[in-house]
Parts: sequence; structure tokens; C-alpha cells
Amino acid sequence: MWDYTEKVKEHFDNPRNVGEVESPDGVGEVGSLACGDALRLTFKLGEDKRISEAKFQTFGCASAIASSSALTEIIKGMTLEEAERVTNQDIANYLGGLPEKKMHCSVMGREALLAAIANCRGEKAPHEESDVVCQCFGVTRKEIEEAVRLNRLRSVEQVTNYTKAGGGCGSCHEEIGRIIERVLAEQGAPEGQPARLSNIQKMKLIEKTLEREIKPALQADGGDIELIDIDGAKVLVALRGTCRACAAAEVTLKQYVEQKLRELVSPELIVEEVR
Amino acid sequence: MARVVYVDNNATTRVADEVVAEMLPYFTELYGNPSSMHEFGGQVEHKIAQSRARVAALIGADPSEIVFTSCGTESDNAAIRGTLESWPDRKGIVTTRVEHPAVRNLCRHLARQGHELVEVPVDRDGRLDMDRLRQAVTENTAIVSVMWANNETGVVFPIEECSAIAHAKGAVFHTDAVQAVGKIPLNMAASTNIDLLSLSGHKLHAPKGIGVLYIRKGTRFAPFVVGGHQESGRRGGTENVPYIVGLGKACELAQANLKAERERVRRLRDRIEAGLLSSVPNSIINGEGASRLPNTASVSFEYVEGEAILLKLSKLGICASSGSACTSGSLEPSHVLRAMGVPFTAAHGSIRFSLSVYNTEEDVDFILAEVPPIIARLREISPFWKKRTAWGGTPSYCR
Repeated sequence: MWDYTEKVKEHFDNPRNVGEVESPDGVGEVGSLACGDALRLTFKLGEDKRISEAKFQTFGCASAIASSSALTEIIKGMTLEEAERVTNQDIANYLGGLPEKKMHCSVMGREALLAAIANCRGEKAPHEESDVVCQCFGVTRKEIEEAVRLNRLRSVEQVTNYTKAGGGCGSCHEEIGRIIERVLAEQGAPEGQPARLSNIQKMKLIEKTLEREIKPALQADGGDIELIDIDGAKVLVALRGTCRACAAAEVTLKQYVEQKLRELVSPELIVEEVR
Repeated sequence: MARVVYVDNNATTRVADEVVAEMLPYFTELYGNPSSMHEFGGQVEHKIAQSRARVAALIGADPSEIVFTSCGTESDNAAIRGTLESWPDRKGIVTTRVEHPAVRNLCRHLARQGHELVEVPVDRDGRLDMDRLRQAVTENTAIVSVMWANNETGVVFPIEECSAIAHAKGAVFHTDAVQAVGKIPLNMAASTNIDLLSLSGHKLHAPKGIGVLYIRKGTRFAPFVVGGHQESGRRGGTENVPYIVGLGKACELAQANLKAERERVRRLRDRIEAGLLSSVPNSIINGEGASRLPNTASVSFEYVEGEAILLKLSKLGICASSGSACTSGSLEPSHVLRAMGVPFTAAHGSIRFSLSVYNTEEDVDFILAEVPPIIARLREISPFWKKRTAWGGTPSYCR
């Protein structure tokens, strides 16, 4: 049985924004019935050019339905430019994480979003403007490149978990391997991130990242953050100053602090608030 | 969890109370080693002999033909590897496209090591293509391995006919009967062509961790687990006494209940199928046209995905399983449904209900009341339901 977070289960049991927006400004359709999951996203823009309404229809497993539900909640109120920057990791984070083998559900969410934005602008969906690498699941080069770049994927297996590419006959594994090598080479190794950190290195790096990267940003808004403890992959922090009473504190914690620590220290870190 | 409606008996079964009771003394007072030269161990040996006779009686075999193993998978490995080792001049293996992974992955592994493998296809109802089987078996075939009944659909293969085809070319015939034993009557004495048969305890109300390989007298066989002289030199390792005792009791119970329970369980199964077909539009019984086990219903609900259905069922305490991609850890739906050519609109939404003697009319009432609204709710979320059309084309594995 899959180890789903409570949040995934909750969004699966009570999905938000199911259905179709009437006369939508953007429509995105990705995945397919044959491949086992598909998502149709529709949204409407308000007079302020922000997404005022977003709805989804999904065929797929519990995490696909939960990811779609999360996506619609995340993008409401965003401008197209802001929505464009929503990554699959944001969707997964919103749900408290997804099992590694289910990350493709969050990637499907991002792809539907990009397709709907492109549709809104009268452009072609980005994933369609590229050659298909995985014939079994119809995954394009662009989709694979992007998943590798955004999630720093290092193996074919990871690419399969995130995009499904390579999960069928396996004949595209070599090609996926070449894409990984090329994208990672272009990206270069992230600064200050050795291949494998010892526990003590990891703790020091978390501390350093909080001090140098995260604190200044929060302090600029009159808030602050304090590192309380590190327990395995869990980073326990306390929010101070204006952050304490801020309604967006959880979003800050997950989408900014956790994101930053994952990017600069280690991708498995989970940030939790101690009250 | 308040109520549990367990309809996943092809995965595993509840150990019968009578079985547990019979096993317990062999953990505590009667812990002797049956190979010992003292009476303390000797009494255990007598009990094993009784269990062997009980297993033999259930499948119409001679007790000397029963070899205890650790599980169905070990029995399959022993049968296939043991035969290949005994017939080094024959390189061919013939099996089917719908075997359990215990046989399928083993045969594919052996094919990578140089054996010639043919997997015989099935039709839309899961019936074996007998002409293709006849063509596949040659003088070079060492072993033909065909499952007696399919774990996912319950489809029963004509084993007597298959085994005759194998013997006509001098090949050894093995059947994985893990799903058939205890559910339908098997009689090795009435058959002359079945050389090897695998069965597993936990599918018939004995515990996990005990299996049997039936080896017909006179069959050439090289032991797979090499060690002591146990099981007449056919399987080394100290006997798993309490589990052997448990399996013996479970076989005795299965034999006593076989006919009556077969009819009662079949009626329950038929009620599930008829009830779901009438209350859920666009539902399909997989293997409907074939001869099937009395306890298994494989139902596909079009335009919804199996894992989502299972999770909703699980919340209500209904335990079933699915052939969908998302439940398997792979990304493709079950190889059995694909081999049958189940359309992909239905393959992802397949649910298997497999019953046992412990299921009741109330269980069926509960399933028939709860499943239709779950499917309706998931179809409301699905983008394909209202339009009954799909986008995105067909992946190559469907073609």
C-alpha cells in the first residue's frame, strides 16, 4: 500500500474545485486514458488578470486526484506569470510530499497548468512542441528535460518516477540517460553541495543556509526564523516576529523555507514548525 | 477499523481456527526434530506423515509424491529448475502469457541464461490458444508449465489437454495450481500426464510460509534446495513442522467442505457480478465467457482508475485488489489483462473480488450497496466519463 500523507488522503476524499469552469480562458489537457492518468484543467481570469476560478477533471489514482486538487488551490489568485513558476515540487510540497514513484502525478499537474496558460495566450502547449522520447507513454524531450532540471534528477529510474518516461518497454533508457547527462552538465553542480553530506555537514549547511539565505529575506518583512532542532530529514523551526501571526506562514514555510533548504542542502528535507 | 469485508482471498486467506489449534502444540510441547532417533522426535514424524496423507488425499495423489516446501514460488522454482537440470539436452520452456510472476519471471530469467522460451497467448476471455500451444511444444521442449487457474481472473485452463500435448513430445508437464487447490476438485490419480504441481498453504486457510510440490512417481527430478535427506532427498532443510501440520489440517478441511462451499461461494460471487453489472453502467466481467473458479470476480469499471477505487473501498473496510498500473508499482496495467486484450478504457479500472468460505450474504449486500456510488463519484471527477471519449492516443504497450 502507498504511504500517502494525511493531506493527500484528505484531498483525495474531498477534492476541491472538481469540474469545468464555464467559458474558460485557459484549458489544459495532459496525459491519456490509455496511460492510466489524465488531467483537464480549466481556469478563468478575473478583471485584475489574476486566476479567479480554476477547476479540474482527473482520471487517475488517489495521488493524481489529490495533486490536481492541490494545483487548483495553489494557482487561485495568481497572475499567469506567477502561475507559470509553480513547479511540480510546489504541488508535492503542498500535499506534504508524494511517494517517489508517484511524483509523476505532480509533474502532470504542472504540465496541465503550462498547457492551460499556453492555451490562454493562444500558444501551443510547451510539451507538444518537442519530439517524443518515450513512445510507450508519449513523453516528449522537453518534458523530460524540464523534470530533470527542476527536480535535479540523476537516474533513469527517477525520470520514470517523475514523468513515466521509460516505464514501459524500456527502449528509451539510453536516450533518457543522455538527456540527464546533458541537462546536469548545463546546470552545473549546485554551489556548496558535495555529493553526499555527513550528518554534521548537513546540520552545519542547514544552519548556514538559514542564516545567510533565509533569515535576511524574512527579516526584510519584519519576520524571523529560528532553528530549533534537526531530526533526520526533519528540520524543526520556530517563526518569530510578524511571521508568527502571518496567515501565509505555512506557505512561506513550505514554499520558501523548505524549497530553499531542499535546493541548497538536500532534496529530502521536510520543514516543520514548532509552536 | 470497524467492519472488515475481506474479499481478497486470491492474495491470501485467513488461517482457519481449527488449523491454528492443530499447529500450536508443535511450537511448544511437541518441538522435536522428526529426523531424531528418539521417540520424542518420532511422534512428530508420525504427525508429518498424517499431514502428508491429508495433502495427498485432497489432490488424489500418493503421500510419497508430496514434497513440503516453503511456498508456492519455491515449488515453481524447484519444478522448473529441477526439470531443466534433469533434462540437459532439451533447452525449451513453454508457458503462457498470463502466468503468476513466480513462473513468468523465473522463465524469463532462464531465457536470458540461454533457454528458449515460448509464452502461449490467450483470447479475449482469457482462454488459452491450444493450437499455439501445440505448435510451441517440440522435441526440444524440456518443460511445459501452465497454471491451473489464473489468480487475477479465475480462468481455469484445460490442464489435462495441456499435459497430454506436453507428453506427446516427451516434455515434462508442470502446473502452478496455487489458486485451484481447495477451490475445485483435483485428482492426480485420474490424470496420467501431470508430472509436477505447485500448491501454497496460505491460499487455502493454512499459514504463509508453507507450500507443496507434487512430484509424480517416476518423474526425473533434481532437488532445488540441496542439503539433508529430508523429504526423501528431494528438499533439504529441517521440516517446518507446525506449518506442515497446519497445511495438513487445512487440506482436510478443504476436502470436507469442497462441494458445499463451492456451491455457496459461487452463488455469492455470481450475486456480486450480476449486482454490479446491473447497477454500474459500463462495467465488464473479465473472462466471463471462460470456465472460471467459483470464488473470483474480475470486474472492470470503465473510465475510472483502480487504485482510486481500492482506496475508497478500503476506507469502508472492503479489501479487494486491482490490476491497474498504479497498484502494481509498475506503470502498466496487469500483464494478464493486457494479454487478454482488455481495452485500455477498462484495464485501468479492474477490481478483483475473491471470496472464501468465510464470506457471507451480508458481505455481498455491503459490496453491492457501496461500490456503485464510489464508481459514480470517481466518474464525476473523470474527464472521460460524460463524453466517453479519450484524448492522448494509445501507448505502444496497448497496441
